[in-house]
Amino acid sequence: MSLLILQGGMLTTVQDLGRPGYQDQGVPVGGATDTLAARLANLLVGNPREAALLEMALVGPELVCEQDALVAWCGADFPVRLDQRPLPPNRPARVPAGSRIHCGVARSGARAWLAISGGVDVPVVLGSRSTLRRFGMGGLEGRALRPGDRLPTGTPLFWAQQVQESLQRAGRAYVDWSVQPGTLGRTRTDGNRLRVLRGPEWEWFRPEAWAHFVKSTYHVTKDADRMGVRLEGPLLGLREPRELVSTAVDAGVVQVPASGLPIVLLCSRQTVGGYPRLAAVATVDQGRLAQLRQGDAVGFTEIDLATAHELVLAREADLRQVQTALSQRTG
Amino acid sequence: MHITPLGDRAIVVELGHRPDARTHHRVQAARRLLTQPPLPGVLEVVPAHTTVTVFYDPTALMGKGHPAESLLERLSRAVRERLAALPDRGKHPPGRTVEIPVCYGGPYGPDLAAVAAHAGWTPSELIRQHVSTEHLVHMIGFSPGFPYLGGLPEALAIPRRATPRVAVPPGSVGIANRQSCIYPYNTPGGWHLVGRTPRCLFRPDCSPPSLLQAGDHVQFREITPDEFESWQEPEPAA
Repeated sequence: MSLLILQGGMLTTVQDLGRPGYQDQGVPVGGATDTLAARLANLLVGNPREAALLEMALVGPELVCEQDALVAWCGADFPVRLDQRPLPPNRPARVPAGSRIHCGVARSGARAWLAISGGVDVPVVLGSRSTLRRFGMGGLEGRALRPGDRLPTGTPLFWAQQVQESLQRAGRAYVDWSVQPGTLGRTRTDGNRLRVLRGPEWEWFRPEAWAHFVKSTYHVTKDADRMGVRLEGPLLGLREPRELVSTAVDAGVVQVPASGLPIVLLCSRQTVGGYPRLAAVATVDQGRLAQLRQGDAVGFTEIDLATAHELVLAREADLRQVQTALSQRTG
Repeated sequence: MHITPLGDRAIVVELGHRPDARTHHRVQAARRLLTQPPLPGVLEVVPAHTTVTVFYDPTALMGKGHPAESLLERLSRAVRERLAALPDRGKHPPGRTVEIPVCYGGPYGPDLAAVAAHAGWTPSELIRQHVSTEHLVHMIGFSPGFPYLGGLPEALAIPRRATPRVAVPPGSVGIANRQSCIYPYNTPGGWHLVGRTPRCLFRPDCSPPSLLQAGDHVQFREITPDEFESWQEPEPAA
């Protein structure tokens, strides 16, 4: 029961929903940079919520599945192939033992998540299997995957076996339906506009700064990783020089250092930060941060806190519906 | 006490303005009140110098209280009720004292002479000051197990380096802005490095994993390069 890595890709790591509960020990939460996509991929292979999967970035891995399994992938537009044949996203697919999965180079977006029935079974470190490369913690030896790595996988749930068997009887590699993550919750179709809330220090900025921030277009610089994304565009200045005493931050927080150029934090952020926090990207739009590439344009639209909470609720309700529908469907 | 939302799943409780010992004890008292027992729907309470940040699960808190009350109002009220017992000042648990052996200067602390010069001292005067100060662990942050240590005199109000080092060796002891720190991991860093400890500051197999905890006191002890190089890390208590 394992996955054999033939090519690691650019940056493929084992992730789950992260390592919350240790921020007071200085441990970043980390985990999949788009938790919705990761949760959906796990749901589609019948895994529990906390199962570990693979996160790939820009250039995906090539791997061999050493046992019959169910796999599903969600996220950026990768040309994923299963033994030379296209493997479409957002649905369970049957992978016979010895099959090769080739993920290729992302055509748009940056990251995708590949789940396997039973989950990737690396040791749990501080409550999580997620890889924190900066500190060599979790995942496989705390690092990105490379050729020759063998990842143990866990025991699939009965549902996954049922779907595998029904696909086998039908002589099909994958089901003819899919669940689009973009349709869950109240979605938007206005490109890269992210919904934001005002941050704790927004009043520290010049009166016109907030209007600039939500009206302007920013561009993603080359400094974009799992910790954060540096943007360039109109400068956001403080009313007067002022230092923030280091305090907790979160994924989605937009902090502005002295340069005046905003940094949007992702989940592998530090636990504390010392830059004024102008804004925070709403939870429901944080997955889109994981898909930004150098040069991409992003804009921001303000919403209020009650709306942000309703959006989370609507998305969770849809996800529960998907879970219920899947449990009644085995082929 | 001021409560502000941080995004849509955390609130920040402000308990002071400066990273001093008094605010530290208020923050730690607030952390204890907010975690023992945990509030419903609260996932994590993260103390810092002047704040505690309360991370919550919006789905666990929605629609549970009075319909006219927003989630923010409800959570803020619960936090205020808990913190009504927060003393303005007063008794606090004494905290442990943890001894940290440090090899000062030379390749272990390349900035020792510069920091001493900033204070108008000789390097040995700086070492004497550093080992005789009782350092209070204000918080753990920046990296796993990284302590922010308060207690240095005004003479050591030296700003961080203009250009941070790309890589700081693990165990390095830094000074900046009247605080000391210890880098548990090889990370970039902007503090001035005065020495290095052979001790392991973070062990995922220990509970808690960080050697130092907020509220502890650190007593630095000078060791020789030989002692540093031959250091045997003690097995953690079971």
